[in-house]
Amino acid sequence: METAFLIEKTALVLVLFILTLTIAAYSTWAERKVAAWLQDRVGPNRAGIFGLLQPLADGGKMFFKEEIIPSGANKYLFVAGPSLALLVSFLGSAVLPFGDTIEIFGRTVPLQVTDINVGVLYIFGVVSLGVYGIMIGGWASNNKYSLMGAIRGASQNISYEIAMGLSIIALLLVTNSLSFKEIAAQQHGWHWNVLVQPLGFLIFLVCAFAETNRVPFDLPECETELIGGYQTEYSAFKMGAYMFAEYINMFVSSAVMAVLYFGGYNYPGMDAVNAMLGPTWGPLVGVAVMFIKIIAFIFFFMWVRWTVPRFRYDQLMDLGWKVLIPLAIANIVITAIVITVVDKL
Amino acid sequence: MSLFYLVAFLSILFSLLVIFTKNPVHSVLYLIATFFTFTIHYILLNAQFLAVVNFIVYMGAIMVLFLFVLMLMNLNKDTEPVKSNLIKIIGVIAGGALLVTLVGASKALQTSAVSAGPNSEIGLVENLGKVLFNEFLLPFELSSLLLLSALVGAILLARKDKKTQNG
Repeated sequence: METAFLIEKTALVLVLFILTLTIAAYSTWAERKVAAWLQDRVGPNRAGIFGLLQPLADGGKMFFKEEIIPSGANKYLFVAGPSLALLVSFLGSAVLPFGDTIEIFGRTVPLQVTDINVGVLYIFGVVSLGVYGIMIGGWASNNKYSLMGAIRGASQNISYEIAMGLSIIALLLVTNSLSFKEIAAQQHGWHWNVLVQPLGFLIFLVCAFAETNRVPFDLPECETELIGGYQTEYSAFKMGAYMFAEYINMFVSSAVMAVLYFGGYNYPGMDAVNAMLGPTWGPLVGVAVMFIKIIAFIFFFMWVRWTVPRFRYDQLMDLGWKVLIPLAIANIVITAIVITVVDKL
Repeated sequence: MSLFYLVAFLSILFSLLVIFTKNPVHSVLYLIATFFTFTIHYILLNAQFLAVVNFIVYMGAIMVLFLFVLMLMNLNKDTEPVKSNLIKIIGVIAGGALLVTLVGASKALQTSAVSAGPNSEIGLVENLGKVLFNEFLLPFELSSLLLLSALVGAILLARKDKKTQNG
């Protein structure tokens, strides 16, 4: 029993780890392909069919480049920055349910590494830790552009965390639970939370863009003003680690949005499909649906990147503090009133 | 129990390093590590909500602000301003007085009054919320008012005075 449990969890962690890496690697390829498509170009097409081997070529290039640590930099923290960014980006996916329980080799296995009953808050904590990689790396580079990027990253992250937290509170009023497993199970069929919390979802989406430092909120790197922001001094694999961390963050936040607002592994007509395919193959269709949702969100991230121009810094702060936070508070009040009235009826 | 001693040792080690490192940014990083060990302590006590809030608020928000301020002032060098002997003596006396007070207070505490053990379920979100919003509603709301007034006060102090700036 105990060893079977350990094997089951180890397998789950390994599969999730490899999946995350693969998706992050192919996100770099997809980003170029999407950019090319939106700009009416061809995009990478030399390495393999459709350029599918491009991520491997890029990884090899980064691995074999010369490691440079600037002489004025703080050596330990210069290495710690990208390592921390990469490490923290992996932590989030531990509490996410990628599917319903599945029966395999006579055992019922939940497709979630661990279900802690403060899961939503845990994700929130991991998100707030994400900025340390940028701050430490930017400061340790001992370069004024890097420092500017790091400071921008910190203030942007803190500002948008507040609106993000407030938008989640309204969602928690609806779900009455902090556990991802329960939140996913409540959205059975088509009862997706986005239908009752559309405004909350919109606020969460904008904040997710800001927390992952994606365009239009990529002011920490902002190459037109700051050269490369916090990663100006980075080269070779350390730069690759920062880039990878960004794509993993994108994957994790897409998964969080899919579970919190878009029903996770649930889809309309899932009962009929589950009855037809049985307890092993039925939930796997749910997993496929979950990944389709995640990939759709990743595509949305890229679509926005190549469509919307970057914010100016004061506009970014105005949007966070003067628009999103009041909207999120109004959303909480309205949700609370509606729930109270519905309960009374 | 051995896990507790390991984590306790780490918290004391990191908090000592906070004091003894010369570089202020390193100090803040060690303080973050100290808070992380506190989070582990809370988890060992089954106080999940406290653990995760400590994680979010202290590690994720307050320490980011500390680091932010230090970076803004750009205290890069391993220099510490030389303090006069008088300040050092005053510091030693004040620290000693605080230590005596803490030891005296902990002696007066009755250890039997501590009822929450590692298997207590009071730290779970649901139980904590019920206790806070039923038994301790008034103190809870009062402390939130206190925080709000501190917030408004801080903004009022930091705000530029338009009259003096124009004149």
